[in-house]
Amino acid sequence: MQRLLLLGDEAIAQAALDAGLSGIYAYPGTPSTEITEFVQNSKFASENNIHSSWSANEKTAMESALGMSYAGKRTMVCMKHVGLNVAADPFINSAITGANGGMIVVSADDPSMHSSQNEQDSRFYGKFALVPILEPCDQQEAYDMVHYGFDFSEKFKVPVLMRITTRMAHSRSGVIRKPDIRKQNELKMPSDLRQFVLLPAIAKKRYKNLLGNHSVFITESEASPFNRYIDGPDKSKGIIVCGIAFNYLLENFEDRKVPNPVLKIGQYPLPRNLVEKMADECDEILVIEDGYPIIEELLKGLLGRGLKVKGRLDGTLPRDGELNPNILAVALGKADTFGLPVPELVVGRPPSLCSGCPHIDSYYALTETLSDLSNGRVFSDIGCYTLGALKPYEAINSCVDMGASITMAKGAADAGLIPSVAVIGDSTFTHSGMTGLLDAINDKSPITVMILDNGTTAMTGGQESPAFGKLEDICRGLGVEEAHIRVLKPLKKYHDENVAIIKEELAYPGVSVIIPRRECIVAIDKRIRAKFKNK
Amino acid sequence: MMKRDIILAGVGGQGIISIASIIGYAALEQGMFLKQSEVHGMSQRGGDVMSNLRISHHEIASDLIPFGQADMIISIEPLEALRYLPYLSAQGWVITNIRPFNNIPNYPEIDQVLGEITRLPHHIALDADATAKEAGSTKAANIVILGAAAPFLGMAYHKLEDAIRFIFRTKGDKIIDLNLNALKAGCDFTEKHM
Ligand code: SF4
Repeated sequence: MQRLLLLGDEAIAQAALDAGLSGIYAYPGTPSTEITEFVQNSKFASENNIHSSWSANEKTAMESALGMSYAGKRTMVCMKHVGLNVAADPFINSAITGANGGMIVVSADDPSMHSSQNEQDSRFYGKFALVPILEPCDQQEAYDMVHYGFDFSEKFKVPVLMRITTRMAHSRSGVIRKPDIRKQNELKMPSDLRQFVLLPAIAKKRYKNLLGNHSVFITESEASPFNRYIDGPDKSKGIIVCGIAFNYLLENFEDRKVPNPVLKIGQYPLPRNLVEKMADECDEILVIEDGYPIIEELLKGLLGRGLKVKGRLDGTLPRDGELNPNILAVALGKADTFGLPVPELVVGRPPSLCSGCPHIDSYYALTETLSDLSNGRVFSDIGCYTLGALKPYEAINSCVDMGASITMAKGAADAGLIPSVAVIGDSTFTHSGMTGLLDAINDKSPITVMILDNGTTAMTGGQESPAFGKLEDICRGLGVEEAHIRVLKPLKKYHDENVAIIKEELAYPGVSVIIPRRECIVAIDKRIRAKFKNK
Repeated sequence: MMKRDIILAGVGGQGIISIASIIGYAALEQGMFLKQSEVHGMSQRGGDVMSNLRISHHEIASDLIPFGQADMIISIEPLEALRYLPYLSAQGWVITNIRPFNNIPNYPEIDQVLGEITRLPHHIALDADATAKEAGSTKAANIVILGAAAPFLGMAYHKLEDAIRFIFRTKGDKIIDLNLNALKAGCDFTEKHM
């Protein structure tokens, strides 16, 4: 059988295509982006009319997926972990409405925050919404789980959450595909056309239904091929290990043979009988989770007087950050290994704005304009331009969540910090900035919003921006006065002109929008190469 | 039975992923197992990048190479080679370019950086940019470094050549030949200096 070399993300996408996917919905976000891109680049997908274009944000993606599920088709929605915050409303409620066509929600967590603002654990959301969770330990399992997940979702009429991590998403290994490709579902309405009407009277019933299903989900977990109890002779300690951490555990033992009983978890809710078996058999339990100590807390209980449980909470494992084989070696009481220390002269090489990046000129103009005012007035957002916080620019004072630049500037202006400036990218603006701008307009807040329009979603690799060609119209439509929508060309040669324009708008006691517009140079490069290729 | 745990290092855009693909393809063609973990997203934009590449005739457990257990560090940039020394095993080799990629204001004195490298018990250090230029283009510096690592990879040299032919198959014969020359030049250097 031929093994395909696939990233975790690609294995998930390939599996979805093989399992009869009709549409994938997403907003780009590291480390989840490649799932959707794989479908976008797939010839099979375009030949079979599988939807794959980007959504404006994770919430619209989640809702579109729910609509596709309503219509009876199989659908997947993908996001990075913080994207699930944006999509939380439809996600939690989709557990109550339930699914019709199979629906899988993929959320990619980022322990150690390789490229994120936090390391929240999406399994909390799954538990919160009371939906089953799948957590693969390798690329093959990721592939297999997607098939399983769609079947599960259709059988129990519930969306299924798949939790992966950066390491799973961006690590490659051999994957064997299933021999047959499943056909897409036919269009098929839900058997009860009121299933998705969450009026209190119906929602109450649906919620009871979901609660009732919980014990069924536990039974399914107990029988799941992804939850395995691997016996071992040394019962002084049992080990519960989730997802990719399973690999780090095996790495520590010759021939991958662990002397202790191991319960490998790949499906939640927890398989009660297997956990019980371990608690009965073993003197203590070590819980290894590449994320928050969710299982550990659960087993410990509030007072921790029952089982002897070790893990992230008692310091056996570090409380935060990504796990690795060495961390597990220490936790298992094995000898740690280490090469040579890093020589002292080695300095960091942080990422930085590309030379020639339009944001550089925007920042230089903005910083100069603000130079005679007190510091700390620039609220920014999430994108390449967040790197403007670092040397040599040090041009921004916040980066919190998608869209927060505009609303934080508004709040600060309400508090009396005038002028306040928001700096946001074009696709971040259409993701979550527009509603905040409306608030500011309705309140006539004295803020200046700079929408850095580089024509693309650059940070995640240059996906097309949903804002493309629409910014002025959107701002006008929301009610920004025509005279206070200013478009600049962020280039050195226009520096003085740009400074003058920004100065004018900072002085205006209402909402102004400045749009520095110049294409991302990486995007230009990509475009030219593609053109060259097609010739 | 053969196993190689390799740290690939460089700066975003220097082509470590191509090296990984070539070794990976050659390994898979020989029926080996492979795991490769790489960095995307915020870590690029001129930042440091590294990839864990593990190939083995046995099944591989972890996607990450444990500290102190890598068989080699292959680096396209000298400072980056040093960054990952904690991964290197006592017998491990460092194969690195000596040409600095200086995109930070506080890049240390290059002589000191190279001093640290030559102090290592097992190292191959060469000017891959110059060697690549002789072979036809500085763009192939990554392949020169791959060539320099070839004698340590535990696989027949022609398997790497085949992999290059495959990976660059859409780019035309000129590019393929250029890369084969670069591979050879790197390999020759190591054989002379080992
Ligand atoms: S990718 Fe584009 S937007 Fe991002 S830093 Fe580089 S030039 Fe600027």
